[in-house]
Amino acid sequence: MAKGVMIVAEQRDGALRKVSFEVASAARKLADQLGDEVSAILLGSGVEGIAGELGKYGVDKVYVCDDAAFEPYTTDAYAQAITKVVKEKDPAILLLGASVLGKDLSSRLVGSLATGLASDCTDIKIEDGKMVAVRPMYAGKCYGEIVVSGSPQMASLRPNVFAAAENAKAGAVEKVDAALDASKLKTKVLEVQKDESGKVDLTEANIIVSGGRGMKGPEGYGILEELASVLGGTVGASRAAVDAGWRPVTDQVGQTGKTVSPNLYIACGISGALQHMAGMSSSKYIVAINKDSEAPIFTKADYGVVDDLFAVVPELTKECKKLLG
Amino acid sequence: MNIVALVKQVPDTEAQIRVKPDGSGIDDSGIKWVMNPYDEFGVEEALKLKEKAGGDVTIVSVGPARCVEAIRTALAMGADKGIHIDDPTLNNADAYTTANALAAAIKGIPYDVIFCGQRAIDDDSGQVGSILAELLDLPQLTIITKLDIEGTTAKAVKPIEGAQLLIESSLPCVITAQKGLNEPRYASLPGVMKAKKKPLEVKDAAALGITADAKAQVAKTTAPPSRPPGKIIDGADAAEKAAQVAKLLREEAKVI
Ligand SMILES: Cc1cc2nc3c(=O)[nH]c(=O)nc-3n(C[C@H](O)[C@H](O)[C@H](O)COP(=O)(O)OP(=O)(O)OC[C@H]3O[C@@H](n4cnc5c(N)ncnc54)[C@H](O)[C@@H]3O)c2cc1C
Repeated sequence: MAKGVMIVAEQRDGALRKVSFEVASAARKLADQLGDEVSAILLGSGVEGIAGELGKYGVDKVYVCDDAAFEPYTTDAYAQAITKVVKEKDPAILLLGASVLGKDLSSRLVGSLATGLASDCTDIKIEDGKMVAVRPMYAGKCYGEIVVSGSPQMASLRPNVFAAAENAKAGAVEKVDAALDASKLKTKVLEVQKDESGKVDLTEANIIVSGGRGMKGPEGYGILEELASVLGGTVGASRAAVDAGWRPVTDQVGQTGKTVSPNLYIACGISGALQHMAGMSSSKYIVAINKDSEAPIFTKADYGVVDDLFAVVPELTKECKKLLG
Repeated sequence: MNIVALVKQVPDTEAQIRVKPDGSGIDDSGIKWVMNPYDEFGVEEALKLKEKAGGDVTIVSVGPARCVEAIRTALAMGADKGIHIDDPTLNNADAYTTANALAAAIKGIPYDVIFCGQRAIDDDSGQVGSILAELLDLPQLTIITKLDIEGTTAKAVKPIEGAQLLIESSLPCVITAQKGLNEPRYASLPGVMKAKKKPLEVKDAAALGITADAKAQVAKTTAPPSRPPGKIIDGADAAEKAAQVAKLLREEAKVI
């Protein structure tokens, strides 16, 4: 019978991604409730050395699949190898991070394992021995509790929502042979263009300073960049700002942009359209700066400032500098 | 080139979503239905490919009778024909069942490229394209913002956290569209008129030889967690308000 909780760990350039520790910690909680073990699959080239780190976050055993074909990530190679390991080890629950690559991989595994997946979950628990996964639907206008009848019960977890909690376990490493069938590898990564700006992706940022049409133009974002740099945050945007060409499309937060869950989201000159709030309402704290006291963004804001953002933001930067300095 | 584009009909992004009192789903009365915005990017890319390489575009959709409107919209944009999979056992089906139905329909037609939206904005699950690719044993290029198809090779740009990948795949393959890929065209009036005469086939589960086999169920639907009411910050001027916010973020929220 299927048993235990397995996670797929994500690494890039030989370093485990933060979301993997979040997923490991969530898996540990489920396994403790079930009285089971947590295992992890780690794929890559020359990654054996980092496998043990997963033990710190509650993983009992790490299956390492080392092969040059796993660097960089391709759906074909990863799905083929993971499907094989999952079928052999037969875990009851399989968890991944809902990062961009995690979304690609987890949904492919649904097909190869012929099971069900609760994607981009914000909570997960055990009820009557079964996994119940909670996820926003309809852009967060309602939530669904998902039960998976296939095996393994799969869920992908939204980055930045689950706490990475240290809880040391053995983290014993076992090498497994991927025995890849190269004739099935039909895609190839030609190039990896790294963003050298060092900007933390919006989906992984702890603090986001976001600007909308109220920024008046691309130059307006200078004051947001300054505030973000003092707070160690990342700058985001509304669709109005992206469509106007003021910010790149990768900065868009909302229903047709990124879904973000930072600790702090500062919305400047953003009215709070439903489609925008769909992407940021799972932020832990929301600050709105808008000169229109009727703007819908104030219905979601923990702290609202009704004033001209061009006067408030530089002052806020100054005050934060003082407090943090 | 034989091009397939998948569309789903979803509530308009402005729609109010009301949860049924018994938590068994949402009350869909009074909802305005539209083509899933991500599918619009897929349809547009399919049409651009047809303009470049020739061939035709087949739209495939699973859903109840009302979905015909979404298919007709795609035909009005310029697609050539439609397949509507309509069966009561497939309403609100899970991703696996939906992909299985699509795979059965697509197996019966020639295809070189299959486009779909990277997710549908109703259940937001983002799985159907990849499951379909697996069921048809095809490679997948997901969440793509740029695409170039030459001969039997597709090259695509996929943004990931902190980087962009340039990925190459052989055809046939499944491509899921992300915002940024293109600007979808509007259906023109002559397009709308022409769409009415384009072939549209309706198939049920029996005709496709499939049965619904749900692997994941929404056991309960709930309203979103409510946020405690916020504070509007008082202060004589911007500086005073800013000082208060900074203090609250530091001392009350403890997030900076
Ligand atoms: C299918 C679809 C998908 C969409 N997806 C998204 C999405 O993913 N993300 C998204 O953001 N939107 C999305 N939208 C668009 C959305 O409906 C809104 O149009 C958009 O969010 C508005 O952006 P905004 O708040 O920046 O602009 P506006 O609504 O114009 O608001 C600007 C705000 O700035 C304030 N302001 C102006 N000047 C100042 C000043 N000096 N100081 C303080 N405040 C000032 C104004 O009071 C106003 O509230 C989508 C729409 C559709 C139809």
